[in-house]
Amino acid sequence: MATMALFRICPRTGLQFHKSAETLIKLNAVVAVVSLLVGGILALLITLTRWQAIHLVGAEQFYLLLTVHGLDMLAFWIIFFEIAVLYFCSSTLLKSRLATPRMAWLGFALMLIGAVTVNAAVFSGQATVMFTSYVPLPGHPAFYLGLILFAVGALIGCFVFLGTLVVAKAEKTYEGSIPLVTFGALTAAIIAIFTIASGAIILIPTFLWSTGYIKSIDPLMYRTIWWAFGHSSQQINVSAHIAVWYAIAAIVFGAKPMSERVSRTAFLLYILFLQLASAHHLLSDPGLSTEWKVFNTSYAMYLAVLASMIHGLTVPGAIEVAQREKGYTRGLFEWIRKAPWGNPVFSGMFISLVGFGFLGGISGVMMGTEQLNMLIHNTIYVPGHFHATVVIGTTLAFMALTYFLIPTLFQREVIMPGLAKWQPYLFGLGMAVFTLAMMGAGTLGVPRRHWDITFAGTMLPYEFPGTASLMLGIMGVAGVVAVIGGGLYVFLTVGSLLWGKRLEGGTYGTQGGVLRMPVATAITGHGGAGFAAPGTFVFALVFLTAFVLYYFVNWKYLSTVWGLS
Amino acid sequence: MSAILPPAQRLWWKEPVHSVELVWIVIAFVWCLVMFFMMPFWHIYGKQNLSAETYRTTPEMFSKKAQAMVDQYKVREETEQKIPVVKPPAGGDVYLIARLWQWWPILELEKGKTYRLHLTAMDYQHGFSLQPENINIQVLPGYEHVVNVTPNRAGSYAIICNEFCGIGHHTMVSRLYVK
Repeated sequence: MATMALFRICPRTGLQFHKSAETLIKLNAVVAVVSLLVGGILALLITLTRWQAIHLVGAEQFYLLLTVHGLDMLAFWIIFFEIAVLYFCSSTLLKSRLATPRMAWLGFALMLIGAVTVNAAVFSGQATVMFTSYVPLPGHPAFYLGLILFAVGALIGCFVFLGTLVVAKAEKTYEGSIPLVTFGALTAAIIAIFTIASGAIILIPTFLWSTGYIKSIDPLMYRTIWWAFGHSSQQINVSAHIAVWYAIAAIVFGAKPMSERVSRTAFLLYILFLQLASAHHLLSDPGLSTEWKVFNTSYAMYLAVLASMIHGLTVPGAIEVAQREKGYTRGLFEWIRKAPWGNPVFSGMFISLVGFGFLGGISGVMMGTEQLNMLIHNTIYVPGHFHATVVIGTTLAFMALTYFLIPTLFQREVIMPGLAKWQPYLFGLGMAVFTLAMMGAGTLGVPRRHWDITFAGTMLPYEFPGTASLMLGIMGVAGVVAVIGGGLYVFLTVGSLLWGKRLEGGTYGTQGGVLRMPVATAITGHGGAGFAAPGTFVFALVFLTAFVLYYFVNWKYLSTVWGLS
Repeated sequence: MSAILPPAQRLWWKEPVHSVELVWIVIAFVWCLVMFFMMPFWHIYGKQNLSAETYRTTPEMFSKKAQAMVDQYKVREETEQKIPVVKPPAGGDVYLIARLWQWWPILELEKGKTYRLHLTAMDYQHGFSLQPENINIQVLPGYEHVVNVTPNRAGSYAIICNEFCGIGHHTMVSRLYVK
């Protein structure tokens, strides 16, 4: 079988695609975009409902749509795309055939069946249980079964990825170590396996409970294990989108990692510590000891935060070094001023990086602090935070990568490049204002997953401060802008696939090229030499200042509330 | 020689690290330690720490205790549903039930006094959210969470539910008075 593998080499990028891998990458990416489309339409309806002045859909519909939105976005859009990224980072980057394509097809089929089942279960009105499906809130058994099928499919995808690494190593398609981007993808896959195992441990009994075979599921046990799945799956995203950042820095600038050792160690810290963060969701829970909360919520001693702060420096740092080598050396910031801001591959990636760090990162650490969590637990601050990490961070990074994949993978020219240029700005900045407004409203106590904060018709209503309604209004407007930006992405992607000018993609042959690197060529000149990225370092200090200030402002706020002990 | 290719140096782990990276790692690590030690520090010196005192309970056991408190300390009733308003003695145990879709009973506390607030849920998970103070605590069925609270401002507060608990979730709102 192996000798029958068909390959083509993209004439523009030199990337080599194995035919089976290529088809699967395309299919996973297309299903991902379809999920994004469905989730995006729901996003609009949900935003326009929480925008209290419009209050579009009814309560029952709202909770139902919110459940589907969470699953289609957080699970289906992102994980289908991630499987595509995994196959790309293994088969394509290592110039290897994909291991066991038939298993990969099986995985894809299971994921698709699972995703459709979950959507059907919720849309039928029998599983309005939110993304988290906290027991004992009952959902239809098909809901849990769909999730389990999807997870098994994704697990198969992870093992196909690992198998491909083994094949590439055995067939010597590359020399030395795997590329940093593949290493990042490997990190994501390892975390994914942990995540999916946790999901299985809790969802299988919950499925049995929903069908009546098990009498009850302990709610705290459910939360503890479910979040090892729910939160860790966001860590897959972090690893995957940081791998994408490194990839885009390499593709657009030819940037090499500042030091392989630092970047890879940072990924290793993710593998070791990120999964402790299921504790973030349990800080305001009964039944867990304070020591458990403090240790786990801080990933031991914030070692995963340290890793993110490292990537936050080394990705732009690598770009700065590459730009300086090209001669953009004037002052601290010429390298960034002269970056290709009109190229959506770059602008999307850079907005993703800045938004993830400043909005998602800082808010995440604040709310993950044991005592501070009480100030925002279950408020709309929480979705504010994770829309910054998962939407600005992951989704925008994936969108940016798509603009690179359309010509090389799908062999089509991106239609309307003038429009594509603006898409990341519209989406990224719309989303940035959206998340800030949500965090603002959350600080004022506005709850998440709540249909009506005016409490109309209740006997003891509470009136939120006027600023809260204003925040929700800003959220609504910015949300609409972001939905337009997201819609534009779907339109440009689908449009390019349908009507984009066909590009020469190279012919298929059985001879796969081998990735031979000039091993230990001349010392490449950087590494240890001087203060190579001063501009990035200044950015990093600005980030740190914002971080420290915001962190202590919240402690100050905490010190004014009721005494609790 | 880029991040999408194998490292140029076969022994890449022996390459020297950039000084800018080293400096940043040190700064970032120090900051991580500060954030870590801030939590135990606040447990020693701060006045807002969430208690971990928890007991197993059942709806029957908890209702009985709450009912006993209501019988003993009820001062009046509010709304058409005649929800009892309870004024328990300062320093004592107070019980608050979360259920579809109501907080029961209404509590009346004294400013500056500490109470042992017992929380549980009768059915699904609920979220205790005290407004405008903005203190938020998860409430789980089967678990009795005892939180020591010391109100520091007089006034009328709202308790809303901020954990999704079904179709009437947004109607689950009640009062708490501090005199």
